[in-house]
Amino acid sequence: MSKGVAITGMGIISAIGNNVAENYSSLLEGRTGISHISKIDTIHKGSIMVGEIEYTNEELQAQLGLDSNNNYSRTALLGAIAAKEAVADAGIANIRAYRTGLISSTSVGGMDMTEKFYYDYLESEDNRRYIEGHHAGDSTEKIAEQLGIDQSLVTTISTACSSAANAIMFGARLIKTGKLDRVIVGGADCLSKFTINGFNTLMILSDTYNTPFDENRKGLNLGEAAAYLVLESEFLIKKEKKKVLGYVVGYGNANDAYHQTASSENGDGATLSMEKALAVAGLEPKDIDYINAHGTATGNNDLSEGRALIRVFGQEVPEFSSTKAYTGHTLAAAGAIEAVYAILSLQNNIIYPNLNFKTPMKEFSLIPQTSLKEKALNTVLSNSLGFGGNCSTLIFSK
Amino acid sequence: MEEVYINSIGSISAQKTFDNNDFLEEITTYEDNILPVIDPNYKEYIPPAAARRMAKGIKMGVVASKIALEEAGLANVDAIITGTGMGCVRDSEKFVTAILDNNEQFLTPTSFIQSTHNTVAGQIALGIGCKGYNFTYVHSSVSFESALIDAIMQLQLREAENILVGGVDESGEHTNAIHKLIQYIKPEKINTNKLLQSKTGGTVFGEGANFFVLSNIKQDSSYAQVIDVKTFNTMAKSDLVSNLEAYLKGNNLSVADIDVLISGNNGDIDYDSYYADLTNGPFKNTQQVVYKHLSGEFNTASAFGFWLGAKILKSQHIPKAIALNAIKTKGLRIVLLYNQYRGKNHSFTLLRQC
Amino acid sequence: MSDLKQELKEKIITQLNLEDIAIEEIADNDPLFGDGLGLDSIDALELIVMLDKDYGIKLTDPKEGKKIFESIEIMANYIAAHRTK
Repeated sequence: MSKGVAITGMGIISAIGNNVAENYSSLLEGRTGISHISKIDTIHKGSIMVGEIEYTNEELQAQLGLDSNNNYSRTALLGAIAAKEAVADAGIANIRAYRTGLISSTSVGGMDMTEKFYYDYLESEDNRRYIEGHHAGDSTEKIAEQLGIDQSLVTTISTACSSAANAIMFGARLIKTGKLDRVIVGGADCLSKFTINGFNTLMILSDTYNTPFDENRKGLNLGEAAAYLVLESEFLIKKEKKKVLGYVVGYGNANDAYHQTASSENGDGATLSMEKALAVAGLEPKDIDYINAHGTATGNNDLSEGRALIRVFGQEVPEFSSTKAYTGHTLAAAGAIEAVYAILSLQNNIIYPNLNFKTPMKEFSLIPQTSLKEKALNTVLSNSLGFGGNCSTLIFSK
Repeated sequence: MEEVYINSIGSISAQKTFDNNDFLEEITTYEDNILPVIDPNYKEYIPPAAARRMAKGIKMGVVASKIALEEAGLANVDAIITGTGMGCVRDSEKFVTAILDNNEQFLTPTSFIQSTHNTVAGQIALGIGCKGYNFTYVHSSVSFESALIDAIMQLQLREAENILVGGVDESGEHTNAIHKLIQYIKPEKINTNKLLQSKTGGTVFGEGANFFVLSNIKQDSSYAQVIDVKTFNTMAKSDLVSNLEAYLKGNNLSVADIDVLISGNNGDIDYDSYYADLTNGPFKNTQQVVYKHLSGEFNTASAFGFWLGAKILKSQHIPKAIALNAIKTKGLRIVLLYNQYRGKNHSFTLLRQC
Repeated sequence: MSDLKQELKEKIITQLNLEDIAIEEIADNDPLFGDGLGLDSIDALELIVMLDKDYGIKLTDPKEGKKIFESIEIMANYIAAHRTK
């Protein structure tokens, strides 16, 4: 197995907890974060279910110590909270002591504020400070500022639902090639009317709790979340005698080149991304101990991903589960959320249950892990598959 | 480590740049604060069935990439990496407008799908059947440079042989209107010939798509070698010269080695002083080139600057319309590009004749 | 009924941006998807919204659309039988 890139810190905020410890205890207790929409003013309030974070924007602003004249979108607020937890967890006292970058990801960016003030901007000056906060890079700039990262490589990736996995991948490569000593990687997405209605037009939203890999799955629940990891170079780990939480050992990205939004029926892209990640890690399929699947619970994803799992792992698919029934599909953040969950799995030798599963799909005999399971874990594979045929796989090890 | 070459180019901009045989022989001047692109005949490149759902940005990106692929003699590539500041912003606007105007009812999916930032890279992959690596960077004025950094890393380490890299942004009506309100766009219309001498804040906005095949294998069509790209999220004006000198030194170069400086001046009196610190400072005796009076400002306008650098090195010629000073050096070997937007997201790029 | 068919052809052409296709080129029994007019699953979603907006017919499962949108003939019959506006 390749040595990989060390992870020294992590931070997360999601519908099942405001930090790493809370997320982990919800995972253990099987506590879902899915409920009816309460924070967004939409006609879908009573019908569509989502994974919302309990804090209001005002509460998040207070936690960050922002004055009332700030122009943070909810994406930026969530991102800053999670990234700060990651940096604190890594025990970083002086972020400027080493070449430190930030690779973040988002799909909605500041759309929550844009849709709120879209016409208001034209009439009144009151909220125009948010205009600059719309573009996808803005939340990343604010997170960098919150962390004190300056004069450095700071950028944003947006490849729909695989965005944060790709941020982790790019960050790992920047460390491997020696371009940076340390990089904070992850993603953030808040809920917005834009995404809720967007996914609704595709008719892939469930009107109840999502049920990944179930024959009778009705679609996905959207969620909001942010999560970040701190990746550090071998040199820095040795020099600072850092505690390592786990390693990113494999990564792969491929394109399905099949359809604008849907995945191919036989899962070409996901097969390729898993194969690439295994090759980078120098691992065989049999070396994978647990798979955190993308498993959004749409008809299309679970079939395509399931077929790809069979193509890569044959008859011996290891235990797998999707954690989307806990958090909802957190879009650009999903890859980072699930990376944190993968590291927690490795640290605790725990496989999370795929909640809400009842009936196996008729196309194959794959059955996800449905109860909490203890198992000695050395490697976890995590998939993130998205719009535009974008397929990404990460492999983590102890 | 392998060397990285620009093997081909494809550009759609506010000038007639889609024909690779031309090099700004005819200049279009505008009396406006929004510059549209000069469109190629998209139908020549995209079949009607595929084009019917394509946003402007997708059309520009697909055609610019086709021009680049054709010139490189390639049907496919190992990876597609794009940069876009705003994605297909017209469709984002369309979808928000539909949500607000119809109270979230009767919404259709097409504009939502196109509003996704990676839609251009996804459509290019779909068009040529490229199952390789597919990334999209969306970080303001370093969106394109982030894509370059990623591509260069893969080519240097021989993880890929040919990578399609591009920057694309389209301009949207509402986005332009609100940027006028906060005076990021100059409130007054301006003759683009006079843009860079302007004494007011803000700039003129543009749009465009500039795509390149980068490769670690040099071929007859090669334009230039890419030496290095570096980005900075922030930079105090007082650190610019020392950062640039350190960057050059890291590449075993000094100010005296630079034959052409291409700088991203956009006529905004509040931020062009960054460029002035170089053009009036260490590079005052260097041949200087500017371009945003031709392209307008947009998040991936620097990809047009990159296109210029490639053209200049291959043709060994600097068209009059882009020369900022009267200095004329013979034997153009090394080009340095510097860009930033509103004092943030700075980039240095070095190109060498090949 | 022939008015409705004509209306549907016009709507399909404008809403799905089929600018290179003339109304006369779409026969009542031509398949709209696949080999016929070449529509795809995103078009089906667009047509589902059209049914809702213009004829007051709500579909909740996109799979239902597949049968209804087989041809102009079938679509017109379905709309005539189920329209609420």
